Amino acid sequence: MSKFRKKKKGMPAVNTAALPDIVFMLLFFFMVTTTMRETDLKIENPRLPTATEVKKLEHKSLVSTIYVGKSNTPEKHGTGYNRIQLNDKIASSEDVPAFIINARTKVSEAEVPFMTTSIKADRESNVGTITDIRLKLRDVNALKISYSAGKGE
Amino acid sequence: MARRENPEINAGSMADIAFLLLIFFLVTTTMNVDSGVSKKLAEKPPKDYVPPIIKKKNIFEVNLNFKNELQVEGERMEIKDLKEAAKAFIDNGGGVGKIVEGVVSGPCDYCKGERLDESSDHPNKAVISVLSDRGTEYGVYLKVQNELLRAYSELRNRLAKERYGVTYTELEEAYKNARDNESLKRKVEDIKKAYPQIISDAEPTSAN
Repeated sequence: MSKFRKKKKGMPAVNTAALPDIVFMLLFFFMVTTTMRETDLKIENPRLPTATEVKKLEHKSLVSTIYVGKSNTPEKHGTGYNRIQLNDKIASSEDVPAFIINARTKVSEAEVPFMTTSIKADRESNVGTITDIRLKLRDVNALKISYSAGKGE
Repeated sequence: MARRENPEINAGSMADIAFLLLIFFLVTTTMNVDSGVSKKLAEKPPKDYVPPIIKKKNIFEVNLNFKNELQVEGERMEIKDLKEAAKAFIDNGGGVGKIVEGVVSGPCDYCKGERLDESSDHPNKAVISVLSDRGTEYGVYLKVQNELLRAYSELRNRLAKERYGVTYTELEEAYKNARDNESLKRKVEDIKKAYPQIISDAEPTSAN
C-alpha cells in the first residue's frame, strides 16, 4: 500500500520567471502611450469647457500652452479666475509675445507657421482675459490657436 | 580540471528594476491628449485699413453680455436654438455670391434655405459676428463658438453627402491619412469653398 502514501511536501514555489516580462510589457506600454509632464501648474487645474467640434492637437513639440485660471497661492496673486500662467510662473498678457518668440526659437524656421497656441482656460475665466491674450498673439503673428476643451455636450 | 558549466546569472531582481522604471514613468508622464476648438485668427490689419462695407443683411449678429445672456439679431435667444438660427442664416442663399478668384459664384444652387430677401445672399458672403463683453464667462463664450462651428459642419456634412456620398468629417479624416491624394484634396477644398467659415470676433465691450 505504499503506493498510496501521501507524499509529504510543502507548497511548491510559484514560478516568477515570467514576472519581469510582464512588468517590462507594462513599462513599454506606458512609455509609448504617455508624454512627459512639462510644467508644474501654478494655477488650480482648469476646469475645461466641453465642446463637440473638438480636434486633437497633433505634433506636441509645436504646441505652446497658456494656462488661465485661479492661482494656487491667492495670498500672492489674488483670487479670481483670470491669472495667466506662462511656462512655470504667473505672468500677465504683456509677457505673451516674449513667450511665443521664445517658443519659436526651439523649432526650425520651416515649422513656425504650423505652431499652435493652446489656451487652457477655466470655464469661469472672463472673455476679456482671453481677448487680451488673443490680441497679443496677433501682434506676434501666432495665428493658430486652440481653445482647449473636452469632448462632450 | 573538469569543465565547469557557466553559472546562471541571477535574474531574481530584474522584476524589481523593471518595477522601479515602471513606477518612475507612471509618475512623471501624463496620458491626456490635448484637444480643443481650433481657430485661426485674422492677421493684424495695417493702420490705414478701412474695413469693407458689408450689407447688414449679410451679417449675423451674436451678442453676449456680462450676465451670459445671448442676443441674436436683436432678439434674446437660448444657446440651444443658436445652431438652427445660424444654419438658416448661412444657408439662406437669397442673392448672388461674391467673386472668388475671378469666378462669379452666382446664386447659391446648393443652398436649401428659404431665400429670404432680408437674410444672407450666399454662404461666402455670410458673416457671423460675435460680440461679447469682457465679463462674459469663457465657458459660455466657447459654447457659442461651438454652436456656430456645429452649424457650419452640419451644412458641410450635408453637402458632402449629396456630392460625394460621404460626410465632410469622414472626407477630412480620409484626407488627413492620405495627404498626397489629389482627388480627396479637391473634394475637401470644394466643400470648404462652398461653406467657408466666416466667424469674426469683434472687440469686446466693457461693462464699466
